[in-house]
Amino acid sequence: MSWRTVDRRTVADDELGPGLSDAVKDKIRTFFPRYPTRRAALLPALHVTQDALGYVSLRAMREIAELLDLPPAAVLDVVSFYTHFWTRPKGRKVIVLCRSLTCELLGGRAVLEALQKRLGIGEHQTTPDGEYSLMTEECLAACEHAPCMLVGERLHQRVRPEDLERILADAENDKLDVPRSDLFDAPAAH
Amino acid sequence: MPYERFLMKHVGVPHSTALETYRADGGYDGAARALRMKPEELVDLVKKANLRGRGGAGFPAGVKWSFLPVGRDVTYLCVNADESEPPTFCNRVLIENDPHLLLEGILIAGYATQSTVAYVYMRGEFMEQFHILQKALDEAYAAGYFGRNILGSGYSLECYIHRGAGAYVCGEETGLIESLEGKRGWPRIKPPFPAVEGLFRKPTVVNNVETLACLPPILTRGLDWWLSLGTANSKGPKMYCVSGPVNRPGCYEAPLGISVRELIYGADFGGGMRAGKKVKAVFPGGISMGALRGDLFPPAPEGVVDPAQDFDELGCVLDFDDVHRYDLLGLGTAAAVVVPEDVDIRELLVNVTRFFAHESCGQCTQCREGTGWMHQIARRIRDGAGRAYDLDLLTEITQNMGLMPELSICGLPDGAAWPVRTLVQKFRREFEARIMAQMPDAVLRKAQAVNPAAYDLPVLQGRATSYAGGTFFVADGT
Repeated sequence: MSWRTVDRRTVADDELGPGLSDAVKDKIRTFFPRYPTRRAALLPALHVTQDALGYVSLRAMREIAELLDLPPAAVLDVVSFYTHFWTRPKGRKVIVLCRSLTCELLGGRAVLEALQKRLGIGEHQTTPDGEYSLMTEECLAACEHAPCMLVGERLHQRVRPEDLERILADAENDKLDVPRSDLFDAPAAH
Repeated sequence: MPYERFLMKHVGVPHSTALETYRADGGYDGAARALRMKPEELVDLVKKANLRGRGGAGFPAGVKWSFLPVGRDVTYLCVNADESEPPTFCNRVLIENDPHLLLEGILIAGYATQSTVAYVYMRGEFMEQFHILQKALDEAYAAGYFGRNILGSGYSLECYIHRGAGAYVCGEETGLIESLEGKRGWPRIKPPFPAVEGLFRKPTVVNNVETLACLPPILTRGLDWWLSLGTANSKGPKMYCVSGPVNRPGCYEAPLGISVRELIYGADFGGGMRAGKKVKAVFPGGISMGALRGDLFPPAPEGVVDPAQDFDELGCVLDFDDVHRYDLLGLGTAAAVVVPEDVDIRELLVNVTRFFAHESCGQCTQCREGTGWMHQIARRIRDGAGRAYDLDLLTEITQNMGLMPELSICGLPDGAAWPVRTLVQKFRREFEARIMAQMPDAVLRKAQAVNPAAYDLPVLQGRATSYAGGTFFVADGT
């Protein structure tokens, strides 16, 4: 008899996740003229991708690699280095809580505990309804307003545990209130 | 005469981000003046002003520019807006309130270095700030301050904002360059220095946001005004940040050379401690520059500075020189975080070591492993299972990492080691008292909590003693 080999490395096509739409690809191409190499457009491309898809899927990585003339492994290499990028679906809104020194001195840990209790999830987890992912990060550079919490793109300042209900009840709690440049769109709703 | 602010003069002004507001009181005049000078004159002027980099290392900007090779065709200017040193936020305040000041600084520095493209590397978490700066940049382009033939001088400069994605190490200049090229933010081995071979293998200058924002006032208010501010080797204004449990946390502009005590207690600055608490420790220049003892300790005799003794060190003057007398690594970003008297020093050590264990990029072994081990030792001490030897062990680790023993590629491990070393040295008595006060079997209990299976042996549970009765020993008298 002959041995049947099983390919355990190649991810099946239906597990690669969503790909990039033509609009997203065009948006990525608008960054090309800024840099002398294609590769330099990788971080903007990943930002655009994550805003559109919610995360950077394996298929998206392949397609970005094709757009930028890179091996797909080079894209994965970069994605895995930066904490901002997700390689699996995240919640519709990501809550990032600062855990650095000033925030911790001024009660950031109590906020984290209250938030974990309120959402019923631990750090780096997503609520079952897919609404929120909870993360902790190092300094958000807003220490005069400690403790700080980033919901989506919006920074909430001087958060106390009793403020959490009000913040979570607000449907617009992740929207910026400054005029947006059209370079990076707001993260799409999923 | 009260000091007239420049870097923060638009903070709190309505519509401060708009071009009209900025131009209304002399905005872009400095750039116009610079474009009428020769680039070499401009470099000389900045050298004479002794403008030292505000990003942490304090390297003179004019000297950095003069390292660029002669006869180059392409030069890149990178602006380091990857502000991620806890607890620094002065760049954020500046970009939020006065983006055009930064853009004018970019234009002046770009002209002085004859750069063709300027990239502003902004950290990924700065969403609001990105849109504010991008809007300001669009305005500046429309008004002809960027693009081709700026203000009829024949000089052209493109400016782009590049968003990072969350990595402390990208604030290191070669890490920033690698990240801009679309790679992991791994610092490069120097030499070649970026001035010779940097971004896309071309001569590159990397400057901090605040350094560039200092350029317009040098041109408009003049060199004499600039040199009248500050101390002997530290000239000009600085944006000081103070955070923690003080009454007025925030960012304050002052000439270089105010003391830590003034920054915390001054009515124009921190405004004193909340609830009248005393200061146990201060990290006066961002956490990586090390810690000072607070006024919980007795005041030093007049004129004595001795970091080896337990004296109040709040008299430290925040300029580029005096900090070294107090055993600090440098001025850093001049962002102070104040630690009140009721904080356990062990928690402080855990927080500081965790930051660097998380942010080490992983290229150099002693940094990747050392930061992780320091964090584990700190956690062990915090959990009440510290060993007397741990303090010496921590000190030994800190002496075996970083650029100073020439073991690493970048300065991150120096910054990781220094706060640990100063904390252990300056607060050694408290650490020792905490370790002394532990339960005698604390180390065993901790180990048991970490790995219960290994401690589930009968002999450790006291069950083995039951054999002592009759099996091995013959009963008495038979």
